[in-house]
Amino acid sequence: MSFGGLIAVDDLSLEVQPRELVSLIGPNGAGKTTVFNAITGVYPLARGVIRLEGAALSGLPPHRVAHQGVGRTFQNIRLFRGLTVLDNLRAAMHQGGDYDLIRAAFRSRRWAATEARLEARARDLLNVFGLGARAEELAGSLPYGEQRRLEIVRALATEPRLLLLDEPAAGMNPAETQRLMELIRSLIERFSLTILLIEHDMKLVMGVSDRVVVLNYGREIARGTPEQIAHDPAVIEAYLGEPTH
Amino acid sequence: MSAPSPWHHYLPRLGLYLGIGALLLAVSVGLPHVLNAYLIQILVLAACNIVLAVGLNLINGVAGQFSIGHAGFMALGAYVTAWLSVTYGKRWLGAFDGQAVEPVLVAAYLVVLMPIGGLTAALGGLLVGLPSLRLRGDYLAIATLGFGEIIRVLLLNLEAVGGATGLRGIPQCSSLFLVLGAAVVAVAVMRNLGGSVHGRSLLAIREDETAAEALGIDCAHAKTSAFVIGAFFAGVAGCLYAHYTQFIHPRSFDFMKSIELVLIVVLGGGSLRNVVLAAIAITLLPEGLRLVKDMAHLSFDPRMVIYSALLIAVMLIRRERVLQAVAPRRKGGESAA
Repeated sequence: MSFGGLIAVDDLSLEVQPRELVSLIGPNGAGKTTVFNAITGVYPLARGVIRLEGAALSGLPPHRVAHQGVGRTFQNIRLFRGLTVLDNLRAAMHQGGDYDLIRAAFRSRRWAATEARLEARARDLLNVFGLGARAEELAGSLPYGEQRRLEIVRALATEPRLLLLDEPAAGMNPAETQRLMELIRSLIERFSLTILLIEHDMKLVMGVSDRVVVLNYGREIARGTPEQIAHDPAVIEAYLGEPTH
Repeated sequence: MSAPSPWHHYLPRLGLYLGIGALLLAVSVGLPHVLNAYLIQILVLAACNIVLAVGLNLINGVAGQFSIGHAGFMALGAYVTAWLSVTYGKRWLGAFDGQAVEPVLVAAYLVVLMPIGGLTAALGGLLVGLPSLRLRGDYLAIATLGFGEIIRVLLLNLEAVGGATGLRGIPQCSSLFLVLGAAVVAVAVMRNLGGSVHGRSLLAIREDETAAEALGIDCAHAKTSAFVIGAFFAGVAGCLYAHYTQFIHPRSFDFMKSIELVLIVVLGGGSLRNVVLAAIAITLLPEGLRLVKDMAHLSFDPRMVIYSALLIAVMLIRRERVLQAVAPRRKGGESAA
C-alpha cells in the first residue's frame, strides 16, 4: 500500500479465522485506517492480495467489495444525516431490492412485497439494537452514542461476513464503551461475524479481542493475545517512546 | 408472508388511474371554455416545466448532483421529434392538405412520438452521466453547462432543422390533456421512485457518497441512471412543447432556460410538491413581469434580475435546505476517496 513514493502500509500479512475478533492498534498515523481502506477497495494495493474465504477482494471497486460480504463503519461517523433512521437501514438493504426501475415506477406487486419485507427486516434490526423508537427520526438528530450504534446496525443491514469497525468507541464515555463492548461480542454470536477492530480504547481492545496486531509507521511490530501484547516491550516503546536510563 | 393477489393489488389502482384520466379529460375539455387561449398556453407551459423540473429534481435534488444544462436535453427531445413531424409526420397525419384529422389519431401519434423524444434525450443523459462518474460539484456543473451550450450551438448551425431561423411549421399535436397527463405521470413516477431501493440509493449518494459505496451501492451506475431518467422526461417535455408552440428556436433552450429549471428545483427544496408549486410560480412570473415591464417602460427583461434576487433570498432564508439540494456534501476525513 503506497502513495506516490510513500509507502503507507508495508508487508502486512494477516489471516483472520471465521468468528474471530482481531484488533488493529497502533499510534496515530500507523496506517490502521489505511488497512481498512485497502480491504474495502477505496485505495488500490501496490502489491499483494486480499482474500475473503478464497475470493479475491483486491482490485474490486468498493461497492463490489461490499457485495462480497464486507461491511464497515467510519472513524468520523458517515451516516446519511438527512434521512430517517429507517431509511438509513433501507438504503443499506438495496441489494434486497429484487425489482427493476419500471416496477418501482409503477409500484408493482413485487415492489409492494419486497418493500414490506425490507421494512420489516429494518425495523427488526433497529429493535434488536434498541433504536426501534427512533425509526422515523433524522439520523443526524440522534445523540452521538446512538449515531455510532446506528452506523454499526447500518453496516449489519448489508449482511456482511466480515465487519470492519473503525474506532467505534471514539468519543464515548466509559459506560457507553462498556455497553459497546457487550454489543460487539454479541454480534459475533448472533450474526456469526468475523470482526476487524481499530480502537484506541485499550480497555475495549483488551476486553473483546481474540488477537491483537500492533502497527507502527506502516509496519507490524507485534501480534498476539491481548495479554502478550500488553507486556510486549516493542509495543510499550511505540506508545511511550524509548526507555531512558 | 404471502403477497396479496394480483387483483387485490392492481384493481383499486386501475380505478384510480381511470378516475384521474377522466378528470384530466374533463378539465382539458372544459377549461378552454372558461379560460382564454393565452391562459391555456400558460397552463401548458407550466405543465411542461413541471415535467422538466421533476426530472432535474431527480438529478440535482435527489441524487445531489449539480446539472445546469437541463435545457439541452429538452432541446434534443424537441428538435428530434419536431424534425420527424415536419419531415414525415405531417404528411402521414394528412395535416398537409388542411384536412381535419381525428383528435384521437393526433393524440396517438404524439403518444408514440413522446418516448422517441425521451429516448433521444436519455441518450444525451447517458453521455453527460458518464463524465459525472469522475466529476463532482463545480466541475460537473461546468461539464453540464458545456453540454447544454454545445447542443444549442449545434442546432444553431444545423441547416436541416432551420439553423438560426428556427424550425417552423410543426403540427400542433400537443393538447392540454396530453401535457397535463404527462405532468401527472412524471410526478407519480418520481414519487414512486422515491419509495424504492433506486430512489434511496440516490438519496444515500447525495448524503454521503463514500458511505453509500461502502454499503454496496454502485454510485456510478446510480448517478448515470439519474441523468438518463431526468433527461428522458426533459425530452418528453421538449416534444410536448415543440408540438404545442409549433415553432422552436435554439434560443428557447438556452442557458437561461436551464437556470430557470435549477431555480425551480432550488425553490422546491427537495420536496416534490414544492417543486411542482415552484414550477407553476416560475412559469407565471415572466407573464407578470411582462406587465411590469410594459408599465414601467423598461428597456430590458427584468427576469434575470428577479431570478438572481430570488436565488439570493432563498439562500439566505433556507440556506441549509438549499445546500442539501444543490451541493454534494464535501466532508473532510481520511477515508474520503
